[in-house]
Amino acid sequence: MDRFVFLLSTGLARGAVLALFALSLVIVWRAARVVNFAQAAMAVVAVYAAFALTAASGSYWLGLAGGLAIGALLGAAVERGLMRRLPHLTPLPGMIVAIGLVMVLQSGLAIAFGPEHRPMRPPFSERPFVIGGVPVLSPYELFVLVTAAAVMGALALLFTRTSLGLRLRAAAFAPETSRLLGVRVPRMVTLGWTLSVATAALAALLLVPTELGLNPHAADLLFVNAFAVAVVGGLDSPLGALAAGIGVGVLSGLVTGYVSASAAPLAVLALLMVVLLLRPGGLFAPKEARRA
Amino acid sequence: MTTTTPPRSAVPRLEVTGLEVAFGGLTALDGVSFAVGDGETVALIGPNGAGKTTVFNAVCALVRPRAGSVRIAGRSAPPRPTRLLAAGVARTLQGLGLFERMTVLENVLVPLSSLGGPAARRTERALAALAELGLAEAADRPAGTLPYPERKRLALARALVTEPSLLLLDEPAGGLGEADIAALAATVRAVAGAGCAVLLVEHHVDFVMDVADRVVVLDFGKVIASGEPDEVRSDPAVEEAYLGLEAAP
Repeated sequence: MDRFVFLLSTGLARGAVLALFALSLVIVWRAARVVNFAQAAMAVVAVYAAFALTAASGSYWLGLAGGLAIGALLGAAVERGLMRRLPHLTPLPGMIVAIGLVMVLQSGLAIAFGPEHRPMRPPFSERPFVIGGVPVLSPYELFVLVTAAAVMGALALLFTRTSLGLRLRAAAFAPETSRLLGVRVPRMVTLGWTLSVATAALAALLLVPTELGLNPHAADLLFVNAFAVAVVGGLDSPLGALAAGIGVGVLSGLVTGYVSASAAPLAVLALLMVVLLLRPGGLFAPKEARRA
Repeated sequence: MTTTTPPRSAVPRLEVTGLEVAFGGLTALDGVSFAVGDGETVALIGPNGAGKTTVFNAVCALVRPRAGSVRIAGRSAPPRPTRLLAAGVARTLQGLGLFERMTVLENVLVPLSSLGGPAARRTERALAALAELGLAEAADRPAGTLPYPERKRLALARALVTEPSLLLLDEPAGGLGEADIAALAATVRAVAGAGCAVLLVEHHVDFVMDVADRVVVLDFGKVIASGEPDEVRSDPAVEEAYLGLEAAP
């Protein structure tokens, strides 16, 4: 039972990071109808920036803020400089360019910083609190959970309660109509990329200190799992990303603890397969809208 | 035309002059000219493919004319569709183009949100526009769940909410029953009565004859007749091109 509580709570923290990264994929999918395969590589660029800033200033927080800013800028730059110039008749060009971008960014990082793992220190202890003799979350995991929850909450408010969010959604759902209604669609697409990559950078920044360390491939597995999460939840559904992220995080935590660490990715893939067989649009896919 | 500047009221709200639009080798519009004054309702009719929607698209900067000009209140029409609202132009689409997964209220808020202003005032205006068209009860429902006549009214509310001075309606009566068409006609008359210029494309002849002050008939991208509904109705060229195919004697 103690073990279960421990695994559940660490799974929850892992799930929050997954949900955050999956949410970033949902945001860019909704804004630009692109599955951004370069999301992990772009996020890792931001983490390197954060690492360098922290090393130079000695402040984790300055690094965090700088990393998010770099992530946001990179998102905007990739959209303006690259994605916007592609033909949009099919999603394929965007995906292929994204995959190419992964190679360029990861090789670039390896050339600039070397391929080795650089340890990244978390700002809080990773030793779990013990409550009534049961080890539960560590202070760092608590920080991850609170940060992820706060950011997801803020994004939800932005999208559903503000006028900017309304325009972002309008531009995503019906770009042509939105233009006639005065919405500057290209600006909204850029903003979607900006938000998305900043969110992904945050997820990677939260994850890396709990892993082996920073290297150009540090977020690859995060991307694979988060992509599975986004598809399980429904690529169009922020709520799906949240629920599936927590679900997959807890699932892989429990499988790691009770079976083995190497079985966890298999469990995630099995879940993905079952969901795709039963509900190909994802668990939270909206019902097909009636066309008039 | 003399060179002196005419008084403000004499400048038509919408003035289309010698409009030519070509898609590849196909000439969709060939020298189309007409004008719509403030408070006037003009119907653009013609067989399918005559170029009616293309006129709308040219006014809305969705297609670039090869020649000719579109002037709104004496000024060149905005070069981008996003600036139409600021120029006082609102348009409905044949396919309605509702945001299916947004609520009815949010649909109407979109054009207001791009105009700015305090949020409370925007919501107030949106609710008023919905109430005007009998959609107040449905404000919180997703647009995709509305029945068709309500969907059409929502598209109209979304166009009217910005209080345009030029309203373009693309087949507003299409697919509606008699009662809804009568209500639509009342709305159009009220909007025009308040001084808005209304240009509408419509196949429903009775509706056109009912609401239009003037009718412009297009065929193969050219204006073949224009004038008051009764004149146009009895024009042999129109009968040949259009009415003869549609209306029962």
